[in-house]
Amino acid sequence: MSERLCPRDEADVVEAVRWAVSNGRTLDVAGSGSKAGLGRHIQTDATLELSGLSGVTLYEPEELVLSAKAGTQVAEIEALVAASKQMLAFEPMDFGPLLGLAPGGGTLGGLMACNLAGPRRPSAGAARDHALGIRAVSGRAEAFKAGGRVVKNVTGYDLPRGLAGSYGTLAAFTELTIKVLPRPETVETLLLLGLDPAAAAAAMSAAVGSYYDVSGAAHVPEAVAAAIAAVAGAGTAVTALRLEGVQPSIRHRRGKLEAMLRTHGTLSFLDADASRGFWQAVRDVTPFAVPLPPALPDPALMAGLDPATQSEAVLRPQGLGPRVKPGDEGAHLENHPALWRISVAPMAGPSVGAALREIGARCLYDWAGGLVWAEMPGAEPQTAAVRAAVAAAGGGHATLIRASAAARAAEEVFQPLDPITGALIARMKNGFDPGRVLSPGRIYAGV
Amino acid sequence: MSGLVMPAPKADVLARRARIVADLRAIVPGEGVIDAEAEMRPFESDGVTAYRQLPLVVVLPSTTEQVSKVLAYAHANGIPVVPRGAGTSLSGGALPLEDGILLGMGKFNRILDIDFENRTVVAQPGVTNLGITTAVAHEGFYYAPDPSSQIACTIGGNVGENSGGVHCLKYGLTTNNVLGVEMVLISGEVIRLGGKHLDSGGLDLLGLIVGSEGLLGVVTEVTVRILKKPETARAVLVGFPSSEAAGACVAAIIAAGIIPGGMEMMDKMMVHAAEAFLGAGYPLDVEALLIVELDGPEAEVNHLIERVAEIAGTLGCLTLRASTSEEERVAFWAGRKAAFPAVGRISPDYLCMDGTIPRKALPLVLKRMEEMSEKYGLRCGNVFHAGDGNLHPLICYDANQPGQLEKAEAFGADILLLCVEVGGVLTGEHGVGVEKRDLMPSMFNEIDLAHQQRLKCAFDPDALLNPGKVFPVLHRCAELGRMHVSGGKLPFPDLPRF
Repeated sequence: MSERLCPRDEADVVEAVRWAVSNGRTLDVAGSGSKAGLGRHIQTDATLELSGLSGVTLYEPEELVLSAKAGTQVAEIEALVAASKQMLAFEPMDFGPLLGLAPGGGTLGGLMACNLAGPRRPSAGAARDHALGIRAVSGRAEAFKAGGRVVKNVTGYDLPRGLAGSYGTLAAFTELTIKVLPRPETVETLLLLGLDPAAAAAAMSAAVGSYYDVSGAAHVPEAVAAAIAAVAGAGTAVTALRLEGVQPSIRHRRGKLEAMLRTHGTLSFLDADASRGFWQAVRDVTPFAVPLPPALPDPALMAGLDPATQSEAVLRPQGLGPRVKPGDEGAHLENHPALWRISVAPMAGPSVGAALREIGARCLYDWAGGLVWAEMPGAEPQTAAVRAAVAAAGGGHATLIRASAAARAAEEVFQPLDPITGALIARMKNGFDPGRVLSPGRIYAGV
Repeated sequence: MSGLVMPAPKADVLARRARIVADLRAIVPGEGVIDAEAEMRPFESDGVTAYRQLPLVVVLPSTTEQVSKVLAYAHANGIPVVPRGAGTSLSGGALPLEDGILLGMGKFNRILDIDFENRTVVAQPGVTNLGITTAVAHEGFYYAPDPSSQIACTIGGNVGENSGGVHCLKYGLTTNNVLGVEMVLISGEVIRLGGKHLDSGGLDLLGLIVGSEGLLGVVTEVTVRILKKPETARAVLVGFPSSEAAGACVAAIIAAGIIPGGMEMMDKMMVHAAEAFLGAGYPLDVEALLIVELDGPEAEVNHLIERVAEIAGTLGCLTLRASTSEEERVAFWAGRKAAFPAVGRISPDYLCMDGTIPRKALPLVLKRMEEMSEKYGLRCGNVFHAGDGNLHPLICYDANQPGQLEKAEAFGADILLLCVEVGGVLTGEHGVGVEKRDLMPSMFNEIDLAHQQRLKCAFDPDALLNPGKVFPVLHRCAELGRMHVSGGKLPFPDLPRF
């Protein structure tokens, strides 16, 4: 049975890594465990749970900056900045529904380690684009910092950005500083009805390439649209263009876009409330969500703990699902359809979708066509077909998001690397984690 | 050049110079290898002209294959390499080394692909920043990062320095606008990262390479995203009786949820210098002047201009003018854009510094800089990218007066240390280079710097790429690779574990 280490502060994290290095043990670096099912499936000797490092340490709205300990819940941060009419502009998606967990889980450290993004990605960037500074503990059992707390900084290598998307394989974050931005006053969505993916990509390209600041462009085929309440009534495919900002601006832009797109198809419209619901569904890809399994008490917790020592630091947040024992992440996903996240040039999205439809996949297109979510017809990932479709479309990245633990241990979950880049990344791992103790193999086998 | 210590040149490399030049000529034929002193002279410094050094040899390759062979040759023979774009660095990033190849990328000057549907441009690294915008302007597109040197500076150099500009609060730095690169490693191996798509899953090597100041590899191709030029842009010129009031206005604008396309502050000395230089029509009876530019759809810009004017009014501005025509908007900016030549007119020499501070610290920093100005007996004006806290103090001195350069450098270092002291950083957009190299320990401790250098070791274990830049002491990679971990007790045994 795997150890579970629950540090309270950065010094504890250093001690935990020191213990692992000295004893040749491996650690699965985790926040609250909400994304434990992402990445390659690995077996480690212990889980390093950072959810005990919690709390916002600095928030200055007029400086557009926020710092928090790595284990701080994203939901807590989003609520805090919303009270100052601000937001995480990169619109981090919530992987919970796709992975069979309740929504609302996840920590700031996990958000950055997995480089989350959302529909606003093309215009506002991903988590990486909002990373300003980090404190972290490398696999050398040393705490270090990089970056700063100001939004413009080129002092030294950009490690905050470089460690975004590192899935805990180079260092365990202990504290992060991010850029926050004003929240748009309101939102509306222009819809084009009944387009096929290729026609939708052309319309989205025209809209995103216009003067009218489209902050989201998604295409949802008919069968998938039926699962999104805001547009299910349309009874056909919807191509959605989001307009955010101040009301006079939205009115102006909507008029211009309607005139521009009238020839592309039938126009419709979502008001602010319907827009919010729709874009959250696109962000979290809820049409491809899996149902929540019945809630289980954590038997490991119950069996092993002296009740007197039970604390918030070791109890997982409510609703965070059946992580019965570390090492079994994804076991409950065995029989659900495999799901891919595919990033290509926007105009290439439809051809990837067309190739995958032929093998029975269902797709949802975000980022003006550049992000294709593809749900396979069964639990089999059909990796070769997916990679071939991406290559035929001019290249890009396909990441296997949902599959059984066995599949995620056997397959390349991320886009395979050429040997030169692979060797470079292995040398980076050697520098930061020479003992290969931090989530080894989570991104690439052996690294 | 004052006090700057560069790595000692390798005697064996200097001794082999003739052979090295001949070998390089076999890789890059014709005029691509320059070894005559007079012809190497134009490469002896970059934008920091106080530092000069002739290189061992200048090589101007024109293909990725040549770059690959030159680097593999340098790697095999232990010869340092200094990459150079247009040489506009303001931190000495392209300062040559006596024993080093100066690798000029100017011949990589073609745009390879323009893709309006996917909104990307693929360019060779020697294409100028403005050259990208010019190539797509006929369809109403542009490349957003706009450093002041954009007429001359190259996209390859922008990648090396993670260049910014006046619009980066709203549109991001280079790193937020680069989608992919082709890069040659010191081994001569060529890698491709990213492309026309966003967010590669897994490790973000691209994010590490942007801003790495030529220490990790040589970029031979860059894919950037282009944006539609805003439909409208209007600027407001607002004068304040104090820099505190101007700073409060900046904070209030952002607190109101407005992110202007550009928001610049000039202090009284800079306002007067700019006005004397080209008569921009700036008010002279103010202590601080703000230029706030709103861009976007016309209805939005007009709406937000009114809100900015309201905010400025409630905060006691002395003057306020909103541009009513494109000519007027350009005129508002002309004085700001001429700030450097304007100072050049009132002072024989000046140093341009580049720290970033939390904006709220501005009044304190300005006050302390006034005290420093008195202490050093040197005048100092300030232009400030107010939206993102990036401060550009211009320290006036006369290089012909003995000791003044040293004084100016000490003044500059004091300003940067002050930036760090108030929670800011040493450089917002100019890079560390040689200029701020020795100040790095004020921001980072040894462990922090060792982690950065381990990244360097993964790319360039023999430290041949741009040595002497960024890091005050470059440890040998073998030394950094060792791990000393003692202990092995169970961690925090008082906590519940399984």
